[in-house]
Amino acid sequence: MLHTVNKSPFESTSLKTCLGLAKSGSDILLIEDGVYGALAGTIHTIMLAEATGTISVYALGPDLKARGLPEDRLIPGIKVVGYDGFVELACANDKVQSWL
Amino acid sequence: MKLSVMVNEGPYTHQASDTAYNFIVAALTAGHEIFRVFFYHDGVNNGTRLTTPPQDDRHIVNRWSELSEAHDLDLVVCVAAAQRRGIVDSDEAKRNGKDSDNIAPGFRISGLGQLIEAGVQADRLLVFGD
Amino acid sequence: MSETKKFMYINRRAPYGTVYPLEGLEVVLIGAAFEQEVCMVFISDGVFQLKQGQDTIDSGMKNFSPTYRALGDYEVTRLYVERESLEERGLTEADLMPLTWEDEDDDWAEKPSIHIVSRTQLSDLLEEQDVVFNF
Repeated sequence: MLHTVNKSPFESTSLKTCLGLAKSGSDILLIEDGVYGALAGTIHTIMLAEATGTISVYALGPDLKARGLPEDRLIPGIKVVGYDGFVELACANDKVQSWL
Repeated sequence: MKLSVMVNEGPYTHQASDTAYNFIVAALTAGHEIFRVFFYHDGVNNGTRLTTPPQDDRHIVNRWSELSEAHDLDLVVCVAAAQRRGIVDSDEAKRNGKDSDNIAPGFRISGLGQLIEAGVQADRLLVFGD
Repeated sequence: MSETKKFMYINRRAPYGTVYPLEGLEVVLIGAAFEQEVCMVFISDGVFQLKQGQDTIDSGMKNFSPTYRALGDYEVTRLYVERESLEERGLTEADLMPLTWEDEDDDWAEKPSIHIVSRTQLSDLLEEQDVVFNF
């Protein structure tokens, strides 16, 4: 399953809820304000950093760029993709769950 | 693949409409089919032709209309949500005694059954919202 | 429509503060006519949608909580409520509306629609679905 999270973890519990329910082997894509969850060195970093062991975590490049977040500030192991990668992830997984 | 998209927020206030649009453009570029785009909740506000955004910003409504025309997309605005928010086509205007309509080109108003069908018929359903 | 798919409607928001629970319920009711395999999930603040004793008179808002009682008649008979979400909010099953459905295959016996499930069980359920909505 592909999970998308569009809320900042500082604003909403969506990322936490997603991580509580996502099974190992699934994909998580951070989009819109959700990309703030990809930042290293924040109070929320640990919950996502721990997940990258069993879940593939992606962040949407255009949303990172829009917010001035360079790739070298992200949690190691998070992969940056464009909208083409978003489409590929949606098709490669059996369904998409949007954590709004 | 056949993809359906649900857009739950209106233009500008949330990024949902932008993300949905960009996703669909990428999907079409990759050769996928968009079965339907269904606008629900405040998403119906993407279907009014009366917006005048600043000239130096993207015109979200027109962008949807143009995409619809270029790729023969089925953009459906939910009738119940549209009635609540005042998005009206000429039939709805007559039916409900309104003095005008405001639906943008490329959009049509229909029922929630179209959303369910979009989920049943497509290989993937993606929801963009708040 | 020829095939049957598993539809899950996930409800994460409290009622009245936003329109999503009300309009989400409308999707479920319309969707019930399409004979797919349907269930609803209530997690996070979504569990508040099922709280007993909602009285909206003074707020002027439409009290749509009675609509949940009709779900059984529309053959939406599986409402999964996350235990952790209830506990985090100091709620128990006794705080929720007693929603039931009548099983015509069991002499119309009245059965509970609400099932309290753990986060782990919910995770398993989510994996089984074909189409997932979020309200």
